[in-house]
Amino acid sequence: MHTSVVIVGAGPGGLAMSHHLTGAGVDHVVLERGEVAHSWRTERWDSLRLLTPNWMTALPGARYEGDDPDGYMTARETVKALEAYRFSFDPPLYTGIEVEAACRTSDGFEVRTTGETWHCDAVVAATGGSSEPRVPAFASGLPQAVQQLISLSYRRPAQIDDRGRVLVVGASASGVQIADELQRAGRDVTIAVGEHIRLPRSYRGCDIYRWLDRIGQLEERWNDVEDLQRARRHASVQVVGSDDGREVDLPSLQALGVQLVGRLMALSGTTALCSGGLGSLVANADLKEFRLLHRIDEWVDDHDMAALVGPAVKPDPTFLTQVPTELDLARFGTVIWATGFRPTYDWLDPRALDRRGRVDHDGGVATMQGLYVLGLPFLRRRRSNLLAGLGLDASELGQHLVEYLGAVGRVCTSTPG
Amino acid sequence: MTQTEAPTVDNGVNIEALRGARQALTDAPEAAQFQWRARCEWVNGTHSRSTITDFSGLGDQHSHRKAYTIEADHPEVFASEDNGVTPPEIVLGALASCLTAGVATVATNRGIQLRSVTANVQGEMDLQGILGIDADVRNGFDRIDVQFDIDADASPADIEAIVAQSQKRSAVFDIVTNPTTVQVTVA
Repeated sequence: MHTSVVIVGAGPGGLAMSHHLTGAGVDHVVLERGEVAHSWRTERWDSLRLLTPNWMTALPGARYEGDDPDGYMTARETVKALEAYRFSFDPPLYTGIEVEAACRTSDGFEVRTTGETWHCDAVVAATGGSSEPRVPAFASGLPQAVQQLISLSYRRPAQIDDRGRVLVVGASASGVQIADELQRAGRDVTIAVGEHIRLPRSYRGCDIYRWLDRIGQLEERWNDVEDLQRARRHASVQVVGSDDGREVDLPSLQALGVQLVGRLMALSGTTALCSGGLGSLVANADLKEFRLLHRIDEWVDDHDMAALVGPAVKPDPTFLTQVPTELDLARFGTVIWATGFRPTYDWLDPRALDRRGRVDHDGGVATMQGLYVLGLPFLRRRRSNLLAGLGLDASELGQHLVEYLGAVGRVCTSTPG
Repeated sequence: MTQTEAPTVDNGVNIEALRGARQALTDAPEAAQFQWRARCEWVNGTHSRSTITDFSGLGDQHSHRKAYTIEADHPEVFASEDNGVTPPEIVLGALASCLTAGVATVATNRGIQLRSVTANVQGEMDLQGILGIDADVRNGFDRIDVQFDIDADASPADIEAIVAQSQKRSAVFDIVTNPTTVQVTVA
């Protein structure tokens, strides 16, 4: 079968790209291994909500039009929104199709799937950045009696065995949210904390993301940032979308009774060894939070808005009391790995990848001609991994793709929708 | 927007060379593999002498400008002769040195002129560990505290940030705070 563009993945990125190509009259297909928004249906816990307020949720051709712009969408609502988006322009979608191999040929790409084989001029890898969990190798050395799950397998407190303590490994958004929920549900929780980003849910009366949007931080471009590799590895912010606007930073978890330990480094028999450097990471996170809030204060002053917003009350620094560097795993019944993810491209032509298995690209335009990638952190802008940013990236890359097709002399065969 | 000339900062760090090295090693990770070495000879009692002469890295063997020695011993209160510092004290010195070098490098990278930097280090140790009196007491430090006193052309927040970054990129901070595999064999 032949088409101009194969889009792999029907999440928000793939749909946004399809929307753009449909508008540009470019012949294409969207291949999805499950259903639309598959991971949003199958890999989210019950209480999960977006980190960002609803007014920020936008995809090309669609904005949030509900009656709760300052609320936070649940996973189910996100799925409904993506379904509605899909039906708004009816993309050429094939569900239940897994891509086995996408290889560059002399005149384009050959995409072999569990269904048809497609020949096309360009491929968009829109499978996202979370295909594979990063779980340390020593996880296999944990005692057999300890129940292990990754954050995407977590659903609700009732799922977690009642015996023993729970160790949540990782203190980014997922880790702190899960630790917060479990401790509130009556479990005894320990959280192992590595590098993390601390920001308040709201500051001076506005949601933190409204500030990040206003001061332009979310629009910072990938080719303007000093250390892009580091920026792309940033953990997600320690906030939660909720009705009560509560914090889920380390001081808040401590106040609930959650035990803090440093980054989980190794196992020694049934003892977990944790870093003694937590104080350093905590000081660093507090410092960076302070610096960002100060940047917001400067923006407020520069724009003469001090009278219109609340007072500049900074969060308290994080105080650590006796932090153990060892945990006796005999006291733990469950370990939840909230240690992050990486994308997988085992289906993609290996010549498109660098020595570490990542797509070699510049702002989503792969070095391999005709290949594009979407949905990775800080792909083109700081908000690339947020729904709104995905849409912006898709529009820009879509434009680039259409020009590429024109340049290689491929004629658009469908009429604009 | 016109570029203004930043004031020249001289902390004695060759920042251009370091930036160049970082770029070069990004493209050649094999060259980044280093091996540091020390050779220790027992002198008498608890007195020993470590000699450090060469190391390998950048795909080659290298020698220090001269052989450096470190004398180590136990103090008189340990019924010993105090011919040198105790090994744990060497570790505290190593930590302070590594962090201090980091402060100088990071400050230079950020265009900040240092005037003086002092690090005071204390390590708490319960001897019941090494003396085998109490199995619940570890041999090593229960905690280490480092206080930096820095006089520089920068705000307190900027100085704190430099110290934070120094810890982030410090070899000895990592060595001391995280587990390291050590293999001891006998010829």
